[in-house]
Amino acid sequence: MALQTTITGAEYGGALVRALKSFALLRESWIGMIGAAIIIFWSLVALSAPWLAPLDPNAVIQAFAKPGAAGPDGVTFWLGTDHLGRDILSRLMWGSRTVLFYAPIATVTAYTVGILMGLAAGYRGGLVDDILSRISDIILSFPVLVLYIIVIGAVGASGVNIIIAITFASAPGIMRIVRGLVLDLRNRDYVAAAQTRGDSDWRIMLVEILPNARGPLIVDACLRLGYVIITIGVLGFLGLGLPPPDPDWGGMVNETRQMAIVFPHMTLMPCIAISSLILGFNLLADGLREIALRD
Amino acid sequence: MNNSANGSGNGATAAPILECKDLCISYYTRAGEIPAVVDFSLTVQPGETIGIVGESGCGKSTVAMAIMQYMGHNGGITGGSIKFKGRDMTKMSEAELRQLRGSEIAMIYQEPFASLNPSLRVSTQLLEVPMTHENITRAEARERCMQVLRDVRLPDPARVMNSYPHQLSGGQQQRVVIAMGLLSNPSLLLLDEPTTALDVTVEAGIVKLIADISAKYGTSQIYISHNLGLILETCDRVFVMYSGEVVEEGRIKSLFTWPRHPYTHGLFACIPLPTADKNAAPLRPIPGQLPLPHERPVGCYYAPRCNHFKEGLCDARHFPMEKVEGDEGANHFVRCLRWREIDHHQEAPGGDPRAAAEIGDCCLEVTDMQKYYPVKDSSLKALFTGKRMRNVKANESLNFRAHEGETVAIVGESGCGKSTFAKVLMGLETGTGGEIRHDGVDIAEIAVRDRSNRQISSLQMVFQNPFDTLNPSHTIGAQIERVVKKFGVEKNKAAVRERVMKLLDTVKLPRDFYYRKPRQLSGGQKQRIGIARAFAGNPSMVIADEPVSALDVSVAAAVTELLTDIQREHRTTLLFISHDLSVVRYLADRIVVMYLGQIMERGTTEQIFSPPYHPYTEALLSAVPIADPEVTKREIVLDGNVPSAMDPPSGCPFSTRCPRKIGAICETENPPERQASERHYIKCHIELDELRKVEEVIHVPKEEERIRAE
Repeated sequence: MALQTTITGAEYGGALVRALKSFALLRESWIGMIGAAIIIFWSLVALSAPWLAPLDPNAVIQAFAKPGAAGPDGVTFWLGTDHLGRDILSRLMWGSRTVLFYAPIATVTAYTVGILMGLAAGYRGGLVDDILSRISDIILSFPVLVLYIIVIGAVGASGVNIIIAITFASAPGIMRIVRGLVLDLRNRDYVAAAQTRGDSDWRIMLVEILPNARGPLIVDACLRLGYVIITIGVLGFLGLGLPPPDPDWGGMVNETRQMAIVFPHMTLMPCIAISSLILGFNLLADGLREIALRD
Repeated sequence: MNNSANGSGNGATAAPILECKDLCISYYTRAGEIPAVVDFSLTVQPGETIGIVGESGCGKSTVAMAIMQYMGHNGGITGGSIKFKGRDMTKMSEAELRQLRGSEIAMIYQEPFASLNPSLRVSTQLLEVPMTHENITRAEARERCMQVLRDVRLPDPARVMNSYPHQLSGGQQQRVVIAMGLLSNPSLLLLDEPTTALDVTVEAGIVKLIADISAKYGTSQIYISHNLGLILETCDRVFVMYSGEVVEEGRIKSLFTWPRHPYTHGLFACIPLPTADKNAAPLRPIPGQLPLPHERPVGCYYAPRCNHFKEGLCDARHFPMEKVEGDEGANHFVRCLRWREIDHHQEAPGGDPRAAAEIGDCCLEVTDMQKYYPVKDSSLKALFTGKRMRNVKANESLNFRAHEGETVAIVGESGCGKSTFAKVLMGLETGTGGEIRHDGVDIAEIAVRDRSNRQISSLQMVFQNPFDTLNPSHTIGAQIERVVKKFGVEKNKAAVRERVMKLLDTVKLPRDFYYRKPRQLSGGQKQRIGIARAFAGNPSMVIADEPVSALDVSVAAAVTELLTDIQREHRTTLLFISHDLSVVRYLADRIVVMYLGQIMERGTTEQIFSPPYHPYTEALLSAVPIADPEVTKREIVLDGNVPSAMDPPSGCPFSTRCPRKIGAICETENPPERQASERHYIKCHIELDELRKVEEVIHVPKEEERIRAE
């Protein structure tokens, strides 16, 4: 009785096939493609930094070299050196590892907490919603920078603590988005169907509701990754990031900013690196949103 | 290509208002050009009402949009012309079109709440129309608005003018939208499903209004609907569309009495006319599905679904419409090469008869069931009297029984409490008082999480909205499997899968749907999966909440038949919740009529459909549009709206709208439940003997008295 249409292989395929298929969709948005290209570029740099970096990032060689200047033993400082004589290109490459390691982990942690809070608040409603919403209101009423300083000041500067601070500051925002989506989705008939067969609340939240909220959440996650990169930069700049001497983009800006008028390249290079990566994530988010709106 | 619509039935003296000739409309999408409408020709004479009927996707709304020249960025007219009062609209500039729209041509959409701006007063929105199009003062414009609001029979137009849209009911909003359309006295009014979003009794009022408008203002109208009954009540001529083209057109009477196209026959066999009966003359769904625009066959688009398909003839080439000989004034045209050969008597509605289902023991007994919602009253009066908490009585002392294998329908308009009752029955809410005995156990106050697995599995539900009933993130197979596993019908993995496959067979869907996601399914297919899911746990009782109201007529017929077949096979009790009395009459063995949380009348289907009636039942019956020109109805149009459940009338809940009110007693005392005959109860102050004298509302002529019978 129904139309017989052939099923393509992808229908049967697993998560990998589906991910590849979504990526194929992204090709239709050139903005998204540029964003993805920038992110892939930095990811490759971060992965291959030990082999790609021309010099040891912490080796003191020759201070205040201009970009392209020749150093001893025939090396070239493509992006110059900093006030302590360390090669900026190598430091940027190693520094990308910090950002691309901590930013996704912090985002995932923040999302896990935010989603769980949002699901509970949106689906249960009532007192649970009131308590969770007021807590998030309190957190959101602080300027984020003050929050970071308080949290890191309290627990000390380290990689794990950066993740804790970022989760603490961003989870309430994520909770609000999730709560809004859940308030809409929980009134769908398929949720009622799950309720009438006696499924547990957590099963309904995680299996029936959450997968249908993923569209807006993926776009938001891309944007938020960009913000987290800024945050990590800012924390480095404020001296709340990873302890020196390991290279950290925000820290590099901070260390050299007083000499920026005389030797602008020392500050400019890490700034360009930070903004390009953020731009990459923003463009990817724009591309994803464009595709999502089209269907 | 065809000259069908030219020359009108009523003499062709006046110049036509609108002339569409060989109109072709396409949409441009990523998949390429999609022809939405092909070779559409139509002539509208002054004062004439044209009906366009068809299922979703047949292009009827596209035609309306093309007439408004409002196609959006991806639509375009690829051929033909639209002449409005002799001027070709396709060649007009944007400025000229803006002059026409709203003043010469007005359009009324399906959803009144979406057509009015919620943040502006009605007066602001109405005054804008005459003040933009005509050079008149504000005072004159205001006077005109008040006049038109009176014409659309809105009580207290001054108050309506000062209201915001949300302060008006749906029916009132639609009247305001119609008033807005009439303000500049247009020559042509386009109505795109204007009553689909409204309750039946409200719909009846709007339909009567629309019919009166053309008489009073002489406005020509194009009325688009999927409901053949409404078309019959409002229009002079009708166009039946299928897959982007007109397949049959003619004057109402001719086309409804002697349909000539197999598709039109199919449509009539799909709707529950008063002559249909689920045992003696069941609905006959049209096999197959509407072809997608790029999959249309060569020749006749209906060929793959047609019983009269003849190879080499029907699929040879595309052909024009042919005039049907006979009644000259009817201007009856049909796009079928074989219409002369078809025995049209054989095509009359009604499928093969089958045996009636056996009715077993009582399995659901509702006694004095109550459901109150407490609300906080923050008014000053409540503050003084100390009554801060009030009860909204969503269900008040419901009494009825359902037997095994029986279909019991709960009928009522929105807000009557029928869905609340379903929620209590399913355990999503708990009752406030009374009993619901299912299989001997009182479940009224047991929430679903406290019910045993067996209790849950024996009560399952089919939901209303096909687009909402399935989770878009999971495959069909996984969703049905979940129910099978949850209720422990099968344990073993292979057995579970086999059970799902069997269920897919039962709902007549191919087994490879197991791997599909809901978005790859049509509305009817989704609803079938919803039925499969409900029956997966072998329930003894299934609650169906308007399962077909969102579906097209031919799809709805197939789903209705499927539901009755499965019910018959499993001897399931079906509790059918609906506002549509024609479907209910067809499906139900017993009917419960609800109004504002109370049962007004209950009895067998025959008892409900013949006197004595409760006055509300009488009005409901009168409001049902029936697509049979030989069935006569008594006209009862109710005034006003359903009162809010927050503030129900004291005494009889129906007293504010009742045309048979007998006096003060109706407003002060809740009427007694009178027993008219066995298991037939009417809740009214009027004596039964009085009610028995009432004439039949719907009169169906006997088969031998019909014009068709000759």
